[in-house]
Amino acid sequence: MAEEGQQHPLKVYYMIWILLFVVSFFSYMVDYLQFEGMVRWTLILVFMFVKAGFIIAIFMHMKWERLAFKIAILGPPVAILVLIGLMSLEGDYVEGSRLANYGESTIEVETPGHH
Amino acid sequence: MSEAVLDSGATEAQGTQGLVDDWSRDKQVFGVPWGKAMMWIFLLSDTFIFSCFLVGYMMVRISTTDPWPVPSEVFALTLFGTSIPLVLIAIMTFILITSSGTMALAVNMGYRKDRKKTFWLMVATAALGASFVGMQAFEWTKLISEGVRPWGNPFGAAQFGSSFFMITGFHGLHVSAGVIYLLVIAFRVKNGFYEKHGGNYEIVEITGLYWHFVDLVWVFIFAFFYLW
Repeated sequence: MAEEGQQHPLKVYYMIWILLFVVSFFSYMVDYLQFEGMVRWTLILVFMFVKAGFIIAIFMHMKWERLAFKIAILGPPVAILVLIGLMSLEGDYVEGSRLANYGESTIEVETPGHH
Repeated sequence: MSEAVLDSGATEAQGTQGLVDDWSRDKQVFGVPWGKAMMWIFLLSDTFIFSCFLVGYMMVRISTTDPWPVPSEVFALTLFGTSIPLVLIAIMTFILITSSGTMALAVNMGYRKDRKKTFWLMVATAALGASFVGMQAFEWTKLISEGVRPWGNPFGAAQFGSSFFMITGFHGLHVSAGVIYLLVIAFRVKNGFYEKHGGNYEIVEITGLYWHFVDLVWVFIFAFFYLW
């Protein structure tokens, strides 16, 4: 495999290409149809991971790489999950202390596109 | 490095046994060309940079007590008399996916040593990338004319502007660099540069990795910044 590089039938690429279009259309629909709250966030994340997964696995050929290489590249980003966890805890704490010390926001907000 | 070191996967163990073998045998660990391994490691470091921007954005969005501007409204465009939410961003998303497809085909044609098709597919990819940057410039111009600044905006929390310009700006910079990179490699493929260097078109796959990564980052920006 290393001698000839990553050669795969064109059909695989066409299928993933179409799939990415369809899933992107679904993500846009999440906004267009104005889903809110938990349903919105779940759908956004599901479509995001489907798209990211197919891009990495097929277009970037990770599916066909050896396990040692997969782990070396895909393993380290797991550390980011820890950062996300810590920063969301910290964010909640900062918001809480701002509310406790300064109270609710009083800024005047314009609606976009009306001027 | 001899051919024996970069040997084909046919005789090697797969899965966990392959993992043990790759690390413990007296050989180069990763059976991929060095250029490809280095590009992946660069992309890994870039993943951390973009993650830090997105986590920073998450942090300021959670911690602000001011209402966050509604992206669906901020990025709406009025077309044919009706306001369509997020429409330009949707078009940009589709353009980037299209360019990812043309790039994947270019990589395939490269390995088939079809230089003409590889060249044109890479040029098409670069053109789509350039139009993406053009639309982003339009988006920035629109937001700036409406009073969005890194230190404040009329629609809500001040942190919106700094997150927006930082994240989309850094991504746009990557797309712009990618367009230049693609064109350089495309013209080298066309004028036979790689024929003089052993006729190896691995470089097209390596360029492709960078381009797909740019699309990949956009998937996350689209989800977290524009849709959330």
